[in-house]
Amino acid sequence: MSAPIIWILIPFVIGILIFFLADEYAPFIGGGLSMALALIALLIPIDTALLLGSLSIKISTSIEVLGRSFILSTADGMLLVMIYGVASLWFFGAYAANNAKRFCSLGLMIVALLTASIAVEPFLYAALLLEMAAMLVIPLLIPIYQKPGRGVIRFLIYQTLAMPFILFSGWMLTGVETSAGDLGATTQVGAMLGLGFAFLLGVFPLYNWIPMLMEEASPYVTGFLLWALPTFTVIFALGFLDRYTWITTSPQLSSAIQFAGVLMTATAGLFAAMQKHIGRMAGYAAIAETGLIVLAMGLRSTEVVNLTFLLLIPRGLELAVWALSLAIIKRKVYSLRLSEVRGLARKYPIAVFALLSAHLSMTGFPLLAGFPPRMGLWQELAGQSLSLSFWAFLGILGLLVASIRAMAVFVMAEEGTAWSINESWMHILMLGIGVAGLFLVGIFPQVLQFFLASLPALFEHLGR
Amino acid sequence: MNMIAWIIVGLMLVTSTVILINYDWRVSLGALGAQYLGVFFLSTQHLPFIMGAVKLIAGWMVVAVLGMTRLGLSGADNKSEETFLPRGQWFRVILVGVIALMAAGSTTRIEETIPGLGLQVVAGGLFLIGSGILQLGVTSDVLRITLGLLTMLAGFEIIYAAVESSVLVTGLLAVVNLGLGLTGSYLLISGAFTSEEYEEA
Repeated sequence: MSAPIIWILIPFVIGILIFFLADEYAPFIGGGLSMALALIALLIPIDTALLLGSLSIKISTSIEVLGRSFILSTADGMLLVMIYGVASLWFFGAYAANNAKRFCSLGLMIVALLTASIAVEPFLYAALLLEMAAMLVIPLLIPIYQKPGRGVIRFLIYQTLAMPFILFSGWMLTGVETSAGDLGATTQVGAMLGLGFAFLLGVFPLYNWIPMLMEEASPYVTGFLLWALPTFTVIFALGFLDRYTWITTSPQLSSAIQFAGVLMTATAGLFAAMQKHIGRMAGYAAIAETGLIVLAMGLRSTEVVNLTFLLLIPRGLELAVWALSLAIIKRKVYSLRLSEVRGLARKYPIAVFALLSAHLSMTGFPLLAGFPPRMGLWQELAGQSLSLSFWAFLGILGLLVASIRAMAVFVMAEEGTAWSINESWMHILMLGIGVAGLFLVGIFPQVLQFFLASLPALFEHLGR
Repeated sequence: MNMIAWIIVGLMLVTSTVILINYDWRVSLGALGAQYLGVFFLSTQHLPFIMGAVKLIAGWMVVAVLGMTRLGLSGADNKSEETFLPRGQWFRVILVGVIALMAAGSTTRIEETIPGLGLQVVAGGLFLIGSGILQLGVTSDVLRITLGLLTMLAGFEIIYAAVESSVLVTGLLAVVNLGLGLTGSYLLISGAFTSEEYEEA
């Protein structure tokens, strides 16, 4: 059997089948399948024959569809472990969120399409698969009985606008390669490519749909979207940087990438500090973190790949814990405005603790998962530009202020309110695993080395 | 052949203007259907007939999906819900004129930069991209936003067909068009029912 069938076709088909199952089985099938796919990627290397007694197993690398190839090579193995491992957390967590069947069904199909985006050759066609995944997110965000808000419409528009820019700039890039030194053409391509990724990643000011979505859609689904799409977009962007090395060697383009990242982090951090809605705070925190990832990608360093993945891996965990906590709290209070969640620490102590842990982790608080990658990033960034470091630090400070405000409101209970645990055992289990993961990665960051050691092999030139 | 291609560009100018200024969804969808004929003709300047036909059929399927969905919804056109000012039709006609002038101005320069695309292909593609984006900027109605996205994508497809003739890309673009149509239909339907009505159905 070939790798694209195992990690793309099978989850996609099972995603469709889950839609016909009962609500209570969906998280276990979705989560179990994702876990199994992560384990297969971990235990069985792609394109290597394994002998089990008289049985020989070999997963081939590619399949051909309409004259083009979908290839998942040996180097993609660890990436697949990471993707399906984090996806399984989201699907198991769906048990605690509303409408698990729809989430697991569409979620699996989205992850399968996004995996196809890293497998397709030429890799430029990934833009089309990212657009398809974005369209599948829409029914997940808006239930059929809910009127679509501005956030979801903007999300659809921005993702659709990104695709032509990226496809066309990809075609233009081949021309630029053959006429190296043509400054006009380079500028045009850079602008088109930049616009495409600005729409995809939500670079300032194109991220306005994210806080809107956090208000109008389920926080759990929006959290999943904020994990899945940027993760694969970043891998796609790294593919561009690897294929067209002149982008990173050009000081202007490299500075533009860094500037975009810092602008995202600084503005999102400052906006987060001013929010009166904990969902919107989470949205801005996700934007700020995407900004840090963009900043890491723009570094003129051999550590680009390591730093980017060091930021990406804990992000999945942080967002999962944060979104699940928000979903649990939203069941109780309906609106996530600060005035509505006042004093909830005494009624939902575990959800509130998990939420604050995820929030503090995103601010880079010591002992939490977000701390080691930020340390690495500061170290590299401070060596290159102190002014960029200052603005990025300002954004992180904004997130910290937001977390302190949220904490103050959560503990502001009326006098005499008794402490009680209202989360279900499943909520406690899922949140417990998530928070334990945040501390584990924060205290022992070397556990990530297992992934990071092999991920640079995905790229030929980047980080070498 | 050149003259026919220019007539097709003119047809697309008319159809996209109709989509932009007309509030009757039946007329707008009819114009979109006619627009896909133009897309078919211009993309077959560089693509084989069959691949152009895929674009035409996918486009018409999108029109059918949107039409059937809108037909099933009660209520008048959303003219009153438009929040963008000014709303006048003449204002939009002037905007279309600006887009047409910009497209005409850019066409020769792009043809010089990328020779072989064909003036009609570039002009038609650029005009559709421009009017699609214009549509996105002047409306908040879901159907009209979907029409804007489809128009923009149609323009892109015309130009991209000249530089990329892969079967997979043509297939994926057709899926993206169908997906946009289905997503637009879903967004049109959503909110039309209460959760109780949905559970009963």
